[in-house]
Amino acid sequence: MRDVAIIGIGMTDFGELWHDSLRDLFVKAALQAMDDAGVDHIDGLVAGCMSPGLFTGQEHIGSLLADYLGQAPVPGVRVESACASGGMALRTGIAYVASGMHDIVLCGGVEKMTDVSGAQATYALATAADQEMEAFHGVTFPGLYALIATAHMHKYGTKREDLAQVAVKNHDNGMLNPHAQYHMKITVEQVINSVKVADPLNILDCSPITDGAAAVIIAPVEVAKKLKKKPIVKVAASAHATDTIALHQREDLTWLKSTAEAAASAYKQAGVKPSDIDFAEVHDCFTIAEICVLEALGVVKRGQGGKATRDGLTARDGKFPVNTSGGLKSKGHPVGATGIAQIHEIVTQLRGEAGKRQLKDVKRGLAQNMGGSGGSAVVHILEVL
Amino acid sequence: MAGIVGYGAYIPRYRIKVEEIAKVWGADAPSLKKGLMLREKSVPGPDQDVITIAVEAARNAMVRAGVKGEKVGAIYVGSESHPYAVKPTGTAVAEVIGAVNDCHCADLSFACKAGSEGMFLAYGLVKSGEVEYAMGIGADTSQGAPGDALEYSAAAGGAAFLMGTKNVVATLDCQYSYMSDTPDFWRREYMHYPRHGGRFTGDMAYFKHVRGGVEGLLKKAGAKPKDFKYAVFHQPNGKFPMKMAHDLGFTDEQMKTGLLVPTLGNTYSGASPLGLSAILDEAKPGDAILMCSFGSGAGSDGFIFTATKELPKVQGKAKKTRDYLDTHPFYLDYGTYVKFRRKIRKNVED
Repeated sequence: MRDVAIIGIGMTDFGELWHDSLRDLFVKAALQAMDDAGVDHIDGLVAGCMSPGLFTGQEHIGSLLADYLGQAPVPGVRVESACASGGMALRTGIAYVASGMHDIVLCGGVEKMTDVSGAQATYALATAADQEMEAFHGVTFPGLYALIATAHMHKYGTKREDLAQVAVKNHDNGMLNPHAQYHMKITVEQVINSVKVADPLNILDCSPITDGAAAVIIAPVEVAKKLKKKPIVKVAASAHATDTIALHQREDLTWLKSTAEAAASAYKQAGVKPSDIDFAEVHDCFTIAEICVLEALGVVKRGQGGKATRDGLTARDGKFPVNTSGGLKSKGHPVGATGIAQIHEIVTQLRGEAGKRQLKDVKRGLAQNMGGSGGSAVVHILEVL
Repeated sequence: MAGIVGYGAYIPRYRIKVEEIAKVWGADAPSLKKGLMLREKSVPGPDQDVITIAVEAARNAMVRAGVKGEKVGAIYVGSESHPYAVKPTGTAVAEVIGAVNDCHCADLSFACKAGSEGMFLAYGLVKSGEVEYAMGIGADTSQGAPGDALEYSAAAGGAAFLMGTKNVVATLDCQYSYMSDTPDFWRREYMHYPRHGGRFTGDMAYFKHVRGGVEGLLKKAGAKPKDFKYAVFHQPNGKFPMKMAHDLGFTDEQMKTGLLVPTLGNTYSGASPLGLSAILDEAKPGDAILMCSFGSGAGSDGFIFTATKELPKVQGKAKKTRDYLDTHPFYLDYGTYVKFRRKIRKNVED
């Protein structure tokens, strides 16, 4: 298997983008990534998108996007793993390049969510839950994550303020990301007093409905070495794991097993320990998710995610910065694009191009992208070669 | 110079509070009140509709104008809740004020700017000399689906403006219209309630078109926001017009007199016309007034008025807008409200 590098990145602004359709968004991000890589053609295209059918009525987007990017007849395919579709797109592309099937592959993510009403978007998102066991009985994702939060608070004494601190920190970071949907500083008190969604989660604990796209170009490391773009960012690990998609079928509601399994596999591939990772982008679809992910990644012990957040471990100036992009909470969460947007941030930081939110001396970053309430997880480790 | 020679308002006395509606739907009243900047709304009684509201407003306008009905050469009633799908509202109003038979009459629709459309047309006819007096009325018994965000705001009321050239109480100095095809809110035939595009109705519809209307009006007139004593915009809730005002450079002080929505609700075609009538109730000679309506679909009509020395003479001749709004409210429970709004299906013979 060949080593793979990320040679180009691009993303649209995230937000309510009334003037841009699904194809517009994808093409904008893809062209940026191709420009950044300095390539005028690709050998294949993989697009992560959760539900173009329910959000826009459009399926068959692998071909559509290759066509509108001006790259048909190259192979183009859509992959789906709910909110982890972006991460899955990268992993699929990596398999193409590492295996020698293709050399230059565009891995993108896109979701156009605002063409439907809030109720229709909630329905579309809820298809990522177990229909027979969960969705048919009325539970939606805020409800599922509220169960996780309640269980975590009960089992480990995690405080309401700890949940809120995740949102406060990520909004603080998002203020410095020009692509972020919400450039809005918030306080713990505002989070706790915001509108109730599913107890104990309030509106400011939840990631928003967002339009957006992100794309990266990948190639064998040997090809990357011939390009001018430095430093070379190598994919040190690409891992994927699954779990029950129904929350109640898990042994422990607070333990994200798919993330833990994918992380263990990723650490093994890269030959590193959690303490060797400098920073991470994680899937904070709800504030409690970031707390549980910290634990599943082995960054902190089980039950300590809330306290670690409270103590500033994950702040931009903390020992293990998490979600310098603003995360899903502040940057926005166009579900299929999120996994690739995380990679965009890791590469931006490793290149030293993150502007005011730039971290010092970072060489290795981790991206964790999650589907549903944790039924799937994709973990990538990127490092400067 | 042409302008308003008489104006009148009407608002039903029935009210329902946000808490009473929220209680039924399990919604969070404090956050709704904060988000909409609205506490209660008016409700039409069981024997009130757009015809009765338009008639009351028109009669008040005629009293203030002191003009005989037979001299009114045109009547336009704008609404999205005309009682009849086929059969005009305006003819009934014309009969009541004695404007028959020598009169051009039409019902207008353009979502919430149907009322200002009537004013726009009436002014044009009067200014051209085609008719001596012409009346534009905006009135609605607004519709919102049960449980929808609109149910908290959809209200009832209307205002009428008689345009003419003699004894003008407020000159109409400039008018400007701005529109595009923007499907933010609609109701097709046989649909009981209107539908809307959620958050799309904000930036892409209301804010874009009110901004377009106001900026186009100011440019046409060579005026600036500070030139006005009063300003009033379409007010679907308290938040939108105030945000728009601040974005355009208008102050709270300029807005406060015409901002009725916190206790009135959204009277759709009547909303900015009622705001204007409340301003005319208080304005002094020389005061400049800017009004901009908004109608989904979408467009806006902007007007600049200047109060004349005739205005103080007519302000007290009919009941004032705030008197309708602030005195003798009768609060309904949700059950009575849905009965009044005919949301309960009964057997036909009952």
